[in-house]
Amino acid sequence: MSSAATPAVTPVARRRRSWRKRGDRFGDLTMYALCAGAAVLGAVVIVAIAYEVVQGAQPAIDKYGLGFLTSTEWKPTPQFSVFGAGSLIYGTLLSSFFALLIGAPVAISIGVYLSLLAPRAVRGVVSPLVEMLAAIPSVILGFWGILVLAPFVKSTVEPALHSVLGFIPLFGSPETTGSSVFTASLILTIMIVPIISSVSRDLFSSVPREMQDGASALGATRWEVIRGVVLPTTASGVLAASLLGLGRALGEAIAVAQVIGAGSEIHIDLFKTGDTLAARIANQFPGALTELHIASLYYCGVILLVIGIASNLIAAWIGRRFSYAGGSLR
Amino acid sequence: MSSQLETLGHEERSRSYDPAAPLTPSGNLRRRQLFSRLTEQLATAAAIAAIAVLVIVVYSVIARGAGAISWDFITKSAPVGVAPALVGSAIIVAIGTLIATPIGILIGLFLTEYAGGRTAALVSLTMDVMNGLPAIIIGLFIFTLLVSVKGTFGLGQSAYAAGVALSIIMLPLIARGTQGVLRLIPKGQSEAADALGVARWRTVLSVILPSALGGILTVTILSVARAAGETAPVLLVSSIGPIDHVSLNPFEAIANSPTRIYTLSEEANPAGFTEAWGLSLLLISFILFASLGARALLARSKGKRSS
Repeated sequence: MSSAATPAVTPVARRRRSWRKRGDRFGDLTMYALCAGAAVLGAVVIVAIAYEVVQGAQPAIDKYGLGFLTSTEWKPTPQFSVFGAGSLIYGTLLSSFFALLIGAPVAISIGVYLSLLAPRAVRGVVSPLVEMLAAIPSVILGFWGILVLAPFVKSTVEPALHSVLGFIPLFGSPETTGSSVFTASLILTIMIVPIISSVSRDLFSSVPREMQDGASALGATRWEVIRGVVLPTTASGVLAASLLGLGRALGEAIAVAQVIGAGSEIHIDLFKTGDTLAARIANQFPGALTELHIASLYYCGVILLVIGIASNLIAAWIGRRFSYAGGSLR
Repeated sequence: MSSQLETLGHEERSRSYDPAAPLTPSGNLRRRQLFSRLTEQLATAAAIAAIAVLVIVVYSVIARGAGAISWDFITKSAPVGVAPALVGSAIIVAIGTLIATPIGILIGLFLTEYAGGRTAALVSLTMDVMNGLPAIIIGLFIFTLLVSVKGTFGLGQSAYAAGVALSIIMLPLIARGTQGVLRLIPKGQSEAADALGVARWRTVLSVILPSALGGILTVTILSVARAAGETAPVLLVSSIGPIDHVSLNPFEAIANSPTRIYTLSEEANPAGFTEAWGLSLLLISFILFASLGARALLARSKGKRSS
């Protein structure tokens, strides 16, 4: 690739060069093999993860089949030993969607602010600060959730929401501890906002300036420029970013395990306790006794794995399929 | 939008002309501008809210953790201090970094220097999927592979298993980060090397990697900061480490900060809470300073390149 043309040279120099050439060929090959090997290793790890987790779940898959997904009974004590992930799937979806419902609009607004509204100096400060929010470890966020957020939610937010929106069954009467699906959703919101906002900020800044100026020249206000030009050109990217955030929320184990209260029943009421797939694994795996219990936790892992991979693949597909404005995701 | 513009013209025409009137918008335009200003303020409010949450969380940790921290807290073992958790965290993060950094850099090189469009897209996708995997799944995987006695290499809980788990967290971050850094290197440099007849691998080692070093360092520090706070992958593979003495053996379970905070937060014990706040403060300051430092480093190396 580098030395294609060979000018006339002396035999000694030619021999030296041929050695050097051989060395270079070996070096090139080694370098390529190392790089390609590393890339293959990445894929192998993913396959191995899927294989091992499914393998671990095998006893539970054999026993329950797909009924595991709908059955809501989870009684790990050896005399019962009945497992079903229905309530966990419900809790996972409810908490994550609620988090996305609050988080996505906030995050997209932050993206708009950072890319289009904020003065340059402010942007340089605010942007890293919002990203800093993503750097807080989930375990600290969860710990803060138990001791600071949950009491506040219990004493202030829940009564307020109940008195205003109490006619919706989602907002029932306040509970005693503050550990609830609602609190977990708030923690998840905090975790996904920086993810979605940093992606959407980059997307919005990639919208060509001329298009925005054109709309402004036609008399559009700033909001109309955003609504009519910026959001439509980046819609697919924003959707993909939201999916990434959703995937992150669905898979979060630690912070949720700390604040959700580990309840085993399905409640419509957000203020009651619940549990998610990931949180259940974090909570019960270290103390699991029977083989079926462990296998059932692995089964929860399989469901999570499917959700995790699917949300990423769909996000990547949307990002590539519909992207305009150079909408690269990361 | 276009219909709104039409109605605007209509309204303007229907009003009688008054040359002395002030040039402030009225009617429809005024409403649209007010609405626009309102949405701008909402967006600003969202940004302020995010920063407020950051400030509240960091403030709570400082306010409650500062009291716990003393020299003994950092250097002694339980019941006085948390040294075993700090040392343990350092060890497992170091193991993770040692594994993930070289492999991650190689994948980054593969993506930018070797792979064609299709292959590169596929490998990038693998890294993104790996990055998006729920962390607890990685814990399950390492548990089956390296911890469970029935597993392939099962030895029980160990620091090295925790390190391997963290390396899976770090790998996609380093690979994608390195890719980003390598992309920024001016193509002219490696083209000049090619024109001089330098072999590819020499170009990579002596031209590309040296000029990307600062960026790769930044990426590595950022992923170390991320790995230091990860609990889920470590919880299943190194949660029963001793807290009464500092353990340095990588083939035994080792105490570490995130798991320790998790364990303490699950016990309703006020003294434990104080310890957890102190440990949280140490962890969060390490992470925030590491990320800030990495950013500063990046800004500096960028400044150097452009000047």
